[in-house]
Amino acid sequence: MAKTATAPLKYADAPINASMTAEQKIKLYTDICRIRRFEQIALKFYNAGKMGGFLHLYIGQESVAAGCASLMGENDHMITAYRDHGHALAVGMGMNECMAELYGKKTGCSKGKGGSMHYFAPDKNYWGGHGIVGGQTPLGTGLAFGLKYKGLTGCAMAFLGDGAVNQGAFHESLNLAALFELPVIFIIENNGYSMGTSQKRSSAYPSCLAERAVAYDMAWEQFNGEDIYEVRAKVQTAIERAHKQSKPTLLEVATYRYTGHSVADANHKKYRTKEEIERYEKEHDPINIWRGHLVREGVLTEAQAKEIDQAAFKEAEAAADFADSSPYPDPSEIFDDVYWEVDNQTEAGQTGRHFFND
Amino acid sequence: MRRLSYRHALREAFDEELARDPMVVLMGEEVAQYNGAYKVTEGLWAKWGDKRIIDTPISEAGFIGMGVGASMLGIRPVMELMFWSFYTVAWDQIINNAGMVRYMSGGLINCPIVLRGPANGGTNVGATHSHTPENIMASFPGMKCVCPSNAYDAKGLMKAAIRDNDPVMFMESTVLYGQEWEVPENSELPDGELFIPLGVADVKREGTDVSLISHGRAVNTCLEAARILEEEHGISCEVVDLRTIRPLDEETIFESVRKTHRAVCVDENKPFCAVSSQIAASISLHCFDDLDAPVQRIGSLDAPAFYSPPIEKLQLPYPDVVVAKVLGMF
Repeated sequence: MAKTATAPLKYADAPINASMTAEQKIKLYTDICRIRRFEQIALKFYNAGKMGGFLHLYIGQESVAAGCASLMGENDHMITAYRDHGHALAVGMGMNECMAELYGKKTGCSKGKGGSMHYFAPDKNYWGGHGIVGGQTPLGTGLAFGLKYKGLTGCAMAFLGDGAVNQGAFHESLNLAALFELPVIFIIENNGYSMGTSQKRSSAYPSCLAERAVAYDMAWEQFNGEDIYEVRAKVQTAIERAHKQSKPTLLEVATYRYTGHSVADANHKKYRTKEEIERYEKEHDPINIWRGHLVREGVLTEAQAKEIDQAAFKEAEAAADFADSSPYPDPSEIFDDVYWEVDNQTEAGQTGRHFFND
Repeated sequence: MRRLSYRHALREAFDEELARDPMVVLMGEEVAQYNGAYKVTEGLWAKWGDKRIIDTPISEAGFIGMGVGASMLGIRPVMELMFWSFYTVAWDQIINNAGMVRYMSGGLINCPIVLRGPANGGTNVGATHSHTPENIMASFPGMKCVCPSNAYDAKGLMKAAIRDNDPVMFMESTVLYGQEWEVPENSELPDGELFIPLGVADVKREGTDVSLISHGRAVNTCLEAARILEEEHGISCEVVDLRTIRPLDEETIFESVRKTHRAVCVDENKPFCAVSSQIAASISLHCFDDLDAPVQRIGSLDAPAFYSPPIEKLQLPYPDVVVAKVLGMF
């Protein structure tokens, strides 16, 4: 859960933040507004019956994905779980393709085959979007393995929730990452609840979840995620550790989700109080905090901030129109994207039978 | 021609592919310094070193998942499961990640990874170590599944598996590792190498009266049964070795059945939804008018693997069972 930032200015002075241009800061404000507006519009049309399946919203956590994505260089990669819209937009995926994927349309980022939990953009070093809790952490470890094997200076940021820290695959990933000295950064986005079960009711831990890294002789840190400056300062340290020493880090970022585990989580105001949610929205909202910084610094006026937010809202509405008016995939596409060799019509793809309906 | 053991043939395939493509890397428990639990990778660490031949901890979900992640970036990992039976602890990584990430990404990602190791019963190691999951793996679209019955095929198919751009589940046999077959030197081959495409079955013995359709070790059971049936009963069996379960060479199966008019599908799966179930259904659908008898199936006896050596022997298909089944069809 988010704690009150005690010394925000210290993080603004960190070299990675002190060197930011006004444009970069405004870009980040734009990013977090776009993530929130995208999801608010998605929620509106989910409730209107335009989408199937689940919708796990990231609202309240935007500073984490946006802050991390803003640090990514050419060989830095990102992978996350099913609460993946924020990371997708933060790395530069378009609202249209993301919204259309929710609508199950042909124009979706996964051509309607993945849905909300399965966004991917390898061209932007974004590897999903994974549905099974913790299952993406070995993949993130593998991305780091691949970077090291190829001799590239980069890192893989593997995000997970606080509910994923008790999965075996995550612990196996921690061990492999430390053992093989892989440039991976595991980032626990701790929003306090694994679905409806609070951290205290689901995990045994010493001072915090990240301290489990001690058992794997891995560097770790816990920090507050509501302030982008703090996110960037802390994550940059881990990135440098990955780039310069090829060593992993386990980070735990205190954050908060305003909505339920998914939209289908009807109980989310029962396992926590209304007052708790309102307190975060009022005192810890990452968009308000970032805007506050930029206005105080004279980078942005309140009026400009409002314009940016309104533009994000309009962009999200336009994305919904785009998604709504896009065609559904053709049933013939069911057999596409199963086998690389078949899709590419190679000899191997045409030898033997690959599909067995009749 | 020189004779080579099944394990040695596999090792040659690895060695040649390691030399051909710097992205090929071998990983698994005990594959490097220990030279492989079944000595399949013997000598490769000494030759190729730490970068290409990597010992992993006993951590299947972790290291298989790591291999899948690396393959998304273009590495070509060849991952050893000490026993294929351990697939259960890496299930999510194998099925959901290797098998489905291409589909769920709308074709943006592919996983050129090989998962390999022995998948057989018959060695008195109990039910947990005796799984034959080729039917299970082949039931997932996105997966490919290969089960070589001899050293020659093992080498040629492994080279195809490593070069394939989709995940390939490659199932070997501890019973066959030490057995030898003729395997030509590359210099004796017209293409300069032994390469067998996936999805091409092989008629291991020609015959006219009944088709024995099989894969993996059961092919050898069928060949022995065919010898007995020919010599003692005058029945001519054609033995079709599927070699690859998915993609599947149905045409070779159908051609054989259209010639012999009788089919027995033999494998070491448990009978419920075995590979033989799929083959029998396809034959019934496509060769119905050619059949002189119902398609028969032989699998292992339908209980978890028995430990006691003499009993386990009876649980798996053996030549006399095939002989009896064939005799009952005439």
